[in-house]
Amino acid sequence: MEQLVPPDHAGGVAPRRTRRVGRALAPYLLSLPSGLWLLLLFLVPLVLMLSLSLKTCSPSTGACVMAWHWGEFSSEMSLYHQEFITSLYFAAAATVVDLIISFPIAYWIAFYGGRRKNFFLLMLLVPFFVSFVIRTIVWEFVLSNNGVILGALKHIHLLPSGFHILGTSYAVMAGLAYNYLPFTALPLYVALERIDRRVLEAAYDLYATKRVGFMKVIMPLAVPGIFAAFLLTFIPMFGDYVNQEILGGTSNTMIGTVIQNQFLVTLDYAGGASLSAILLVVALLGIFLYARLLGSRTIEQYL
Amino acid sequence: MASATQKAVGGTYMSIGATKATESKPRGARGPGRAGRIANLESADVEFINVTKTFNDANAVDDLNLRVEAGEFFSLLGPSGCGKTTSLRMLGGFEDPTKGRILLGGQDVTNLPPYRRDVNTVFQSYALFPHLNVYENVAFGLRRQRIEKNEIKRRVGEMLEIVDLPNYEKRQSSQLSGGQQQRVALARALVNQPKLLLLDEPMSALDAKLRRQMQIELKRIQTQVGITFLYVTHDQEEAMTMSDRLAVMWHGRIEGMGTPKDVYDSPTTEFVASFLGASNLLAGSIVSTSGSRTTIAIDGGGTIVVPADHVPDLGGSTAVKVGVRPEKIGILPADAVVASDHNSIGGRVRVSTFTGVGNQYIVETNLGVEVTAYAQNIGHQLAPRSGDEVILSWPVEHTFTVKPLPTTVEINETEGD
Ligand SMILES: Nc1ncnc2c1ncn2[C@@H]1O[C@H](COP(=O)(O)OP(=O)(O)OP(=O)(O)O)[C@@H](O)[C@H]1O
Ligand SMILES: [Mg+2]
Repeated sequence: MEQLVPPDHAGGVAPRRTRRVGRALAPYLLSLPSGLWLLLLFLVPLVLMLSLSLKTCSPSTGACVMAWHWGEFSSEMSLYHQEFITSLYFAAAATVVDLIISFPIAYWIAFYGGRRKNFFLLMLLVPFFVSFVIRTIVWEFVLSNNGVILGALKHIHLLPSGFHILGTSYAVMAGLAYNYLPFTALPLYVALERIDRRVLEAAYDLYATKRVGFMKVIMPLAVPGIFAAFLLTFIPMFGDYVNQEILGGTSNTMIGTVIQNQFLVTLDYAGGASLSAILLVVALLGIFLYARLLGSRTIEQYL
Repeated sequence: MASATQKAVGGTYMSIGATKATESKPRGARGPGRAGRIANLESADVEFINVTKTFNDANAVDDLNLRVEAGEFFSLLGPSGCGKTTSLRMLGGFEDPTKGRILLGGQDVTNLPPYRRDVNTVFQSYALFPHLNVYENVAFGLRRQRIEKNEIKRRVGEMLEIVDLPNYEKRQSSQLSGGQQQRVALARALVNQPKLLLLDEPMSALDAKLRRQMQIELKRIQTQVGITFLYVTHDQEEAMTMSDRLAVMWHGRIEGMGTPKDVYDSPTTEFVASFLGASNLLAGSIVSTSGSRTTIAIDGGGTIVVPADHVPDLGGSTAVKVGVRPEKIGILPADAVVASDHNSIGGRVRVSTFTGVGNQYIVETNLGVEVTAYAQNIGHQLAPRSGDEVILSWPVEHTFTVKPLPTTVEINETEGD
């Protein structure tokens, strides 16, 4: 091997080595800022939260001591499993609603948007330039018992005067579905837009009708996008508390509301932290499943 | 290997022919598309009638009239962007003609969707299904026709054998090399045995040996099964060796059409003469016609005689260009006597290049134009060096005349293969 090195390289060992070291270090140096950012603002809080869930805290002072209290998880689960189930149910239902609403929109923009695709996407996103909380409050206003819609319908006696939506599960799910629509529509759009039209033509060439082309080419190629849309919508919905707080009642508490209460009202830091940890595990499980089913590379394309 | 393939294939088409007849009924009854397609099972002829396709005010295909006979191997040649793919796409049903009609097997298919046409395409871009493996890619068309499982398995297996990709069934199409993808695209179209196969540069990514092998296979399938082939290629030699007839396209129009020999030996337009092979073209004007010979005065001086029946319709003008292929020209010493019924021009050799199979000479003629001549390396004829005085001579029969292009038009897309 040694002999293969050209002679003029022999004298330059020292500078070569430093240059090589510099080159080897370059990627690490370049990733240092983002690495530090992740470490300080993501990893450290995460570890703090996880350790917090194992501590016991004094309810009066809020001071916490590490107690390796693994029982916290099971006791929280037995206390709040109903809220978990409610969250799961709301998030799943609202995600399905979003998928059903977004698919035709994304499909239409991707395939028939022509040169105005970006304009249509913008139109889809315009409402979401407004803050999340304000949007939800507007929904509260829209759905209120004597607001523009229900009030008008009651006025012409299409609805009984006692009818209400606010406070029900439907209001929460509607709010969730509305607020997270772009998280479903955009990955779906990206997936559909990326489908090579020439491949679709090849299907038609091989005797596929429009319907068969849709089922055998478009759908299979859209599956990673559907799954990405599902994850991106479902996971944040699962931990959401704003919609439930503003639009929901007392009977349909979601887990996000519980966590928020524990941290800010009852000061049960350990309880809130352990519930958050459980939430995190559920999210990771979803991503893990996605990676296993569809390969880890595909997920990056939608994030 | 080659003989094994050959054998498997030999049996193949006999059996496909047999199944086709027995199968045609259920296929027509149950299949989604075949029933709606053209009825006769033989290959179909194609007819473009005044077809124009306009993209953004520019004519990609301009008043195209073309007839391809049933079972014929027809090639489309032409520079990049001349409208070959667009013509095929209209025939496949992916592009609606702006004007004109397209007939397939005598039936108007102008407004028929692609899946209703018994036409399969090998796309220039391959367009393999990225979510399917090689087997499913090839089986796609057969599945749509609801062909029985075992039959699909057999035909896909045979076809992969033919394109030299056995044992690749399970491969994902993204894991194939460019040439392998192209062969899958070829197999995917061929396996359906359509009446008409459209091939858009189907071998551009293959090496010379594989290309040769595929050419033989294609030609064999075409003659045995009797499929009509409409073939687009940039490889002139491929077009000439494989085609029954060919057409040279330019700016969306057909500039020349006929058997490879006719189009090569007697091109009718300046574009065809310079696009297909190499030509020496001399500008001149018609002086007189007597009997079977027409005399043309060359602009730089001197006259050249051409066969009268090869003079194209000049529309009243007398301006023509006279052409001769480099390999038709003989090189004689300056004092030689020119044979009767030959044209000749004197000149001086400027460049002499040895190319292995022959010598190429660029001769500065007395008419002020350069002429390229080509002599085969047979070993015993004159091999002049640069600076030598020579006479170029060639038979009158091998002289052709073409209508000159308007001077404003440049043949800049021409690519010398
Ligand atoms: N969808 C389209 N929109 C606009 N112009 C197009 C479209 N398709 C083709 N053209 C134009 O039509 C002309 C003919 O294109 P075509 O693809 O038929 O060329 P081609 O002969 O197949 O060339 P190549 O040998 O490079 O494949 C070109 O000038 C091209 O730019
Ligand atoms: Mg093309």
